[in-house]
Amino acid sequence: MEDTGIGLWGVPLAIFAGAIRVSTPFIFVSLGESITERSGRINLGLEGTLVFGAMAAYAIAVMSNSPWLGVLAAMATGAVFGLVHGWICKFPRVNDIAIGIAMMQFGLGLAFFLGKPFIQPVAPHLPSIPLGGWSDLPQIQSALNINVLFILGALLSMVFWWAFKNTRVGLILRVVGDSSDAARAMGLNPDTVRLLATAVGGSLAAVGGAYLTLFYPGSWNEGISSGQGLMAVALVIFARWNPIGCFLAALLFGGAGALGPALQSVGVTQGYYLFYAAPYVLTLAILVATSSPTRSLAGAPGALSITK
Amino acid sequence: MTKLLPMNRRSFLQTTASGAAALGLAPSLFSTPAAAQAALTVGFIYVGPKDDYGYNQAHAEGAAVIKAMSGVTVVEEENVPETVDVQKTMESMINLDGASLVFPTSFGYFDPHMLEMAKKYPDVQFRHCGGLWKEGVNPMNTGSYFGYIGQGQYLNGITAGYASKSKKIGFVAAKPIPQVLQNINSFLLGARSVDPAITCQVIFTGEWSLAVKEAEATNALVDQGADVITCHVDSPKVVVETAAGRGAFVCGYHANQSPLAPEKYLTGSEWAWGNVYTDFVKKAQAGEKLGNFVRGGLKDGFVKMSPLGPGVSEEARKKFDATLTEMMAGSFSVFKGPIKDNKGGDAVTAGQTFAEDAIELESMAYLVEGVVGSTS
Repeated sequence: MEDTGIGLWGVPLAIFAGAIRVSTPFIFVSLGESITERSGRINLGLEGTLVFGAMAAYAIAVMSNSPWLGVLAAMATGAVFGLVHGWICKFPRVNDIAIGIAMMQFGLGLAFFLGKPFIQPVAPHLPSIPLGGWSDLPQIQSALNINVLFILGALLSMVFWWAFKNTRVGLILRVVGDSSDAARAMGLNPDTVRLLATAVGGSLAAVGGAYLTLFYPGSWNEGISSGQGLMAVALVIFARWNPIGCFLAALLFGGAGALGPALQSVGVTQGYYLFYAAPYVLTLAILVATSSPTRSLAGAPGALSITK
Repeated sequence: MTKLLPMNRRSFLQTTASGAAALGLAPSLFSTPAAAQAALTVGFIYVGPKDDYGYNQAHAEGAAVIKAMSGVTVVEEENVPETVDVQKTMESMINLDGASLVFPTSFGYFDPHMLEMAKKYPDVQFRHCGGLWKEGVNPMNTGSYFGYIGQGQYLNGITAGYASKSKKIGFVAAKPIPQVLQNINSFLLGARSVDPAITCQVIFTGEWSLAVKEAEATNALVDQGADVITCHVDSPKVVVETAAGRGAFVCGYHANQSPLAPEKYLTGSEWAWGNVYTDFVKKAQAGEKLGNFVRGGLKDGFVKMSPLGPGVSEEARKKFDATLTEMMAGSFSVFKGPIKDNKGGDAVTAGQTFAEDAIELESMAYLVEGVVGSTS
């Protein structure tokens, strides 16, 4: 009997590999949402944007045979969804959360409607970089087969973190997000800034969708997202609007999500429903540990409707 | 008006339609019972997309078979949730399309949705895919049909047993219900008929359709050395593509997934609903009584096997064919004692043999020895 398993090492490896494989949609959606929320608006519709982006990327990749064109198409559709959200929210007394929920349902419905003919065809996948060549173990090689979008997401989170602090664009975003009045006094138009921030946020969220259909799991169907878009919006608050925090929180979620299947694969088979709840238990624990009754959320943009 | 009319939109339409017909205003717009007998309209309702390479596609392929029959009109609706939505779909098929035979194909459609509709429309025949119909309890214009697909999983297991080098095979399962457990057990017993040292690792995802978790489960199985993977989830597409991408062999389920992994696909156990639906429709057209409790397996044409793939050796093919011949003759039994369960207890005692239609198998709650996994 030739044993090719790696035993208990499979658990840390699966958490590590899962963190990389599963986290990318979370990274892009939460980075996008961190920009939108930093500008003082919350877009709950990113789940719909993610699924529509997933469909658009797959459809364009099938038709053009180029996964990168698919990603670009997803970004374009995501930007349109963001623009619509931003445009509607510009009107007085419109609630951005309610519009977000409506946009989410709209995005899902439209994606299912237009995506019907693309469930069966097979699209080309996005390339990945094999960093595991040094190991003889196929498990490690597979775990280190890292997709370019993941690397891009990691770089973007650092760029955003730096840009929020050190650039003029970052300053404008933060001013608008903290106080509309202060922004107006500076001669900025908060609505325009928020419109653009929501559009950028939407196009990043759609890249997360493109990763789902064009790399992992790598096919389009109506159940492709299991709520990643919604979870990522919560991740932004969890990460205190810090892009690097978003990246780390996304890794944590990816890794914790891989725990359930990995434990079953090494024979820890009791109570898997409980292990599947691990990411959420973890979130609750960290939120409870880091919150305080005596001060408001650190880093929260002042103009955000949830903090007003 | 102080109280709401006890009438919904559908029954309103129906009433006004018959009123209009009585006045001679709409003679051809709505089918009358006399017209319905000449041409049979059959309704199919699916819980997911009908091209999912899985459960729903298997039913839609069956619907496509009867669509080709003369005098039959097929109406279909997909992505119908197992809620009051399915009642609306059924009413619309009955009232607006004139369906007189309805197949709600998902498990959760039965109670209370189909039963409610059956009470409201006693002239319409309802047949549900699942297995809950009981005489005396449920209306006679309803019924259930299902296939015994366990033997198909046993045949999958035979090809897996020959193809596996690591002697470890894997199963991605949705929920630990009797049907799923029976498939897991049959898959391993088939593989063990080739080599008794083989073990099968099972991972439950907890839901019928969770693409990312199914992919993670498949990766975890391959990481642990499993080199043949099969599954019981609604759409095996993700499992098949992920496993083949990692270089493992796959056995299919529900429908034929070989186009997704032509090199790695060994075989698969598929539903052959076309035969079942043809039979129902022929009876309905002839005015005969439809069965209320319809069951069958490989030999009855309810289940079929995908063509064997290039990864199946000559030796494997021989054993596959021999076992299939025995099954077709009705002389084969997967659950033949003694079989131990994976906690050391007796699952099937020595001398005990269950035929595939044995009622005991429909309440299976154990995993057999050699399956690494737990039912809770």
